[in-house]
Amino acid sequence: MPVYNIIQAVNDALRIEMRRDDRVVVLGEDVGKFGGVFRATSGLFDEFGPERVIDTPLAEAGIVGTAIGMALYGLRPVPEIQFADFIYPAYDQIVNELAKFRYRSGGQYPAPVVIRTPYGGGIRGGHYHSQSPEAYFVHTPGLKVVIPSNPIDAKGLLLSAIRGQDPVIFMEPKRVYRASKGDVPEGDYTIPLGKAKIVRPGNQVTVIAYGSMVHTVNEAVERVVAEGFDPEVIDLRTLLPLDQETVLESVKKTGRAVIVHEAPKTCGYGAELSAIIMEKAFLWLEAPVVRVTGFDTPFPYTLENEYLPSPDRVAVAIKQTVNF
Amino acid sequence: MLAKGQTSTPEGSSGSTNEKPFRLLDDDGRLLPGVDAPEIPDADCLKLYRGMLQVRLVDDRYMKLQRQGRLGFYMQSTGEEATHFGGAYALRSTDWVYPSYREPGLAFWRGYSLKDFTNQLYGNVEDPVKGRQMPVHHSARWINLVSISSPVGTQIPQAVGTAWAARIAKKDDVALVYFGEGATSTGQFHVGMNFAGVYKAPCIFFCRNNGWAISTARDKQTASTSFAIKAVAYGMPGVLVDGNDLLAIIASMQDAVARARRGDGPTMIEALTYRRGGHSSSDDPSVYRNPAEVTAWETNDPIERWRRYCVNRKIWTQAAHDQMVAEITDEMMAALKHAESLGPPALETMFDDVFAEMPPHLAEQKAECLAAPRQKITHGGH
Repeated sequence: MPVYNIIQAVNDALRIEMRRDDRVVVLGEDVGKFGGVFRATSGLFDEFGPERVIDTPLAEAGIVGTAIGMALYGLRPVPEIQFADFIYPAYDQIVNELAKFRYRSGGQYPAPVVIRTPYGGGIRGGHYHSQSPEAYFVHTPGLKVVIPSNPIDAKGLLLSAIRGQDPVIFMEPKRVYRASKGDVPEGDYTIPLGKAKIVRPGNQVTVIAYGSMVHTVNEAVERVVAEGFDPEVIDLRTLLPLDQETVLESVKKTGRAVIVHEAPKTCGYGAELSAIIMEKAFLWLEAPVVRVTGFDTPFPYTLENEYLPSPDRVAVAIKQTVNF
Repeated sequence: MLAKGQTSTPEGSSGSTNEKPFRLLDDDGRLLPGVDAPEIPDADCLKLYRGMLQVRLVDDRYMKLQRQGRLGFYMQSTGEEATHFGGAYALRSTDWVYPSYREPGLAFWRGYSLKDFTNQLYGNVEDPVKGRQMPVHHSARWINLVSISSPVGTQIPQAVGTAWAARIAKKDDVALVYFGEGATSTGQFHVGMNFAGVYKAPCIFFCRNNGWAISTARDKQTASTSFAIKAVAYGMPGVLVDGNDLLAIIASMQDAVARARRGDGPTMIEALTYRRGGHSSSDDPSVYRNPAEVTAWETNDPIERWRRYCVNRKIWTQAAHDQMVAEITDEMMAALKHAESLGPPALETMFDDVFAEMPPHLAEQKAECLAAPRQKITHGGH
């Protein structure tokens, strides 16, 4: 099994699917000859040519808008938005159009477009290269939202997303794009959307994260375990549809929950998770649900490590929740 | 293959445009001297006439129904009927169309029935879009007519994507996208035109310049001398055509379609016409425009000009006209009676088609909704 990082795993998934299904096309800014600014589409242009690996003009609304039209006609477009921070010009096409096509046409027009986009901070990218806008899309009926934390999941989830019948926002954690490595199975395999993974079983508190924050949580957990704590860690992998079963079973077992994400706190995904836990596991709770998140400020440049949830902040939250 | 009318339209090199609206028929429906007009069989001429007549009759009747409170909302296209059929006539059934909300004739020509049309307006149990959208937002997959969106211009890049996809799939289908002149002010227009120009997508951009975007006059949309001239900057021909001259629109469209099919890329057509009615049933144009303007355009009616053309070809008779009116009226009344007799879609269908398969959280909300106590709720459109 080759050791791949997330970029290589994404690249592998795209290549496998483009070989398997000639309806799959990749489009976006710099995705062709150059292979993408993060190299995720590297080599695809040479193998599949300019008709299927398309360098577009610089306009996100055009990338998503044309991808919708391609999907309606029968192709399987996988557009790349270079940074999640640049997705807003395409917001109307995603939220009003892509997400609603199947519904508003009475089921006549499914629009299976998978939008890949790197997200998140910790790369010294400042406000325009660090945001985590997942909540906008989770809040939009008709979209699935997937955020892998590691290369094995990234490949299997991306293959599932492209083979599905629904539009997917596929957010890739760019802080760990290269740092997260794993033994990625060769060839074709899928990981179903909507299934979370228990990263570490434990009994005292459920720590829920996704994407790059899984790595922050793992660091924190390593420390608190050394101090004798026993947290359970869940990597959600898919934000919508959410694997409620895994989350609720865990919280009912531990009686405690800490939610970690790097997006701002107010109306962030943690708020939804917290509400679901309150609605469905209230009688099992031994402590208030705690959120460790980015702050409700624009994403800062110099102080980004203070802004982002750190292993320290997560460790404190775990210990306080257990000792509540 | 060159379509008829080729020599008269400014087609050919990319980035060209004409300054005066291209015409083939004079006000009396006579061919202008020396023009090379498309040859349209007699039967098609009458079918086009009947189509425009249907749009006119439907608009008159359904607007009245809206005023009577029997229909929630309506949008008419009185005076713009030729733009629907000029576009529709030049296509074949495998081509794709992205209408805006003011081209019902495009749908009728491709086979959308008055029954489907009316059921959609009523949002009833037989509405092709299952009561999901307000009136005039049709969608008909079986005739490659894409779901209509209210925000103007969003369909433009989508149509480019479809046209481009056809080429990637090695088909020679084209996509035709309609929008009003107001949509040319949106970013979506720029994005769509630019993508299509760069990649030579087989897409035809049909701008219905009817002078008004709700209350905003044409001169508040652009400082350009025309809308067609914008095509030049995107590297495609821009054709300004008389939007009330059906024959000229057909000729311009046939040129554009031929060009797209043979791989030479997109064309923009600006059809100069006039919105004689309000923007919608919710609008009151008397507040913002001079009624004399409307009266002036009433004497330049596209259906009347086509009727005269048919008379000149000796194929129009009063008897045939009367029969068309009777047939259309009967069909319309039957469609209305049927639509009004039907109830709304079943409550549980509200949760269908959000995704291909219903995820657990929606199934849970559906069960909650169905179990909830409810008063009798009236549904839109009635």
